[in-house]
Amino acid sequence: MSFLELTDLRKTYGDVVALENFNLTVEKGEFISLLGPSGCGKTTTLQMIAGFTEPTAGKIVLSGRDLVSVPPAKRGLGIVFQSYALFPHLSAAENVAFGLDMRKVDRASRDERVREALAMVGLKGYEDRFPRRMSGGQQQRVAVARALVIRPEILLLDEPLSNLDAKMREEMQGELLSIQRRLGTTTILVTHDQQEAMALSNRVVVMSKGRIEQIASPVEAYNHPASPFVASFLGKTNTLSGEVRGGTLSVGDYRADVPGADGPVAVTLRPEKMRFDATGLRGTVASRVFQGNSWSYHVDTAQGEVLVLRQNDGQPLPVEGEPVFVSWSPADMGVHREGARHG
Amino acid sequence: MAERRSPIAVAPLLLPATLLFIAVLAIPLIMTLMLSFYSWGQYTGIVEDFTVENWVEVFTDPYFGDVFLRTLRISVFATLLAALFGTPEAYILKRMDPRWRGIFLLVILGPLLMSVVARTLGWALLFGGNSGVANQLLMGIGLIDSPIPFMFTETGVVIALAHVMMPFMVLSVWASLQRLDPQVENAARSLGASQATVIRRVVLPQIMPGILSGSIIVFALSASAFATPAIIGGRRLKVASTLAYDEFLNTLDWPLGAAVAVLLLIAIVLIIVASNRLVERRYAEVFR
Repeated sequence: MSFLELTDLRKTYGDVVALENFNLTVEKGEFISLLGPSGCGKTTTLQMIAGFTEPTAGKIVLSGRDLVSVPPAKRGLGIVFQSYALFPHLSAAENVAFGLDMRKVDRASRDERVREALAMVGLKGYEDRFPRRMSGGQQQRVAVARALVIRPEILLLDEPLSNLDAKMREEMQGELLSIQRRLGTTTILVTHDQQEAMALSNRVVVMSKGRIEQIASPVEAYNHPASPFVASFLGKTNTLSGEVRGGTLSVGDYRADVPGADGPVAVTLRPEKMRFDATGLRGTVASRVFQGNSWSYHVDTAQGEVLVLRQNDGQPLPVEGEPVFVSWSPADMGVHREGARHG
Repeated sequence: MAERRSPIAVAPLLLPATLLFIAVLAIPLIMTLMLSFYSWGQYTGIVEDFTVENWVEVFTDPYFGDVFLRTLRISVFATLLAALFGTPEAYILKRMDPRWRGIFLLVILGPLLMSVVARTLGWALLFGGNSGVANQLLMGIGLIDSPIPFMFTETGVVIALAHVMMPFMVLSVWASLQRLDPQVENAARSLGASQATVIRRVVLPQIMPGILSGSIIVFALSASAFATPAIIGGRRLKVASTLAYDEFLNTLDWPLGAAVAVLLLIAIVLIIVASNRLVERRYAEVFR
């Protein structure tokens, strides 16, 4: 049996379905990201695990214990909120101590644990600071310390880095990861930032419109997206329309052997996996942009504009206006039958 | 950024407001203060001389001490009562479904659209006599055995004042509740706090400045209230404002009335400034 099991979770508000057919099992110590655009149901899922929202249907089981009927105060989960939600009238140390006070931890060990937790997030010496007098990054660290000091079974992170600037965000990502690896706390992160999700998690759950699109490791989801949505959400992608007939796929003049039924398909391709060749999809270089380590090409084809990324490795490359053939290895493409759902 | 202008260039812009304040605030106040130093006689009327007789009388005659103490007592209890009911009222309002919230906000603020006299007369109807509605209700549900005298008592004045002032308390607490991050309550709950603990240790400390500033408003308005103590308290139960009124219009001893009025003003200003300073110092670190 898995550590955390979410079975057939469903949430509706009136006629609006916020989440349905949500099934996920999480192993102890895993770092899972719920990834998707706003309104995809990821926050709703987190709220249901935390206990602030009641599921319309479905089960949430943690170590064999059904959580749905348990109030948030008794779930023992650590939560870091998007707004940090620190107690503004309490100092950093008092904020961290709050959960321990609720657990009636005796004074001496409480103070010890608060000190340890603040040191762990690099806030030694800030014990008596009030949240208003701290930077966003520091408030974030207090929030993490406050959530972890109660030694939660699961750490829930609700877009914790979205209010930080880019440099701070990268720094906090690294620290979150090292803290999580060190403590081994099972962690569920909600984010709309695919880079963040891919950098931090063992597995990502890509969601769209209240449904799961794909559950996979970041590498797997990036290289083999289960749907055009996943492909385009996890970084730049080309989506071309093609057709399968008698086991052969054609995209313009490009041919490849593809098993499966005949019919129209959508082909997804990463720009860096595409190359210029003697045969393939015919087109003209519309523009190219030098990016130092690579060239970014916009190629006009009969299928529409195609983005091609080529390493700047000294090989001769086509120039603007030059007729080219774009090709790729069949292993690198995702073939999606129209109307069918994957994952 | 606007450039710095010299004070002389700014002066004409300040002139209209300054003149208005001098005309409607400063001059009447100074005239009232001067009036309190004039003398008055049964047959001479007001004599425009200089005497401290009125002030000596106000400070030495225990009658005035009683009236001022009563004013203080009534205002303090009315403030406490308003805070005790207004705070939960604002909190419940905040947590209400938005559809209902609008309606109930109107119900709470509605009385402000009505004359204080009309509202107080309503209370007089509820309180009036031993068979008044309030007493019948309290005896009916078995809370009391014999009727409580509400009319012409401090209890009655306190209750009516607290009700009249309630909207100011609710608005003030409401404003501080608006600044509360709704996730903070969830954070406390996730850390193991019960609903009661959330309110006591998380919500209440954060809205304390709102409660205190509401209290200052309610106190100041209660201490200088006229209509409510005049109608519910009647002629026997005097407070500072009704006392000043009587000196002016019944005894016609304007100078003594002026002394009472000025003393009331000074007392209120001192109490407000002192408590405001206290609030600011207490919460300076946390709220700004």
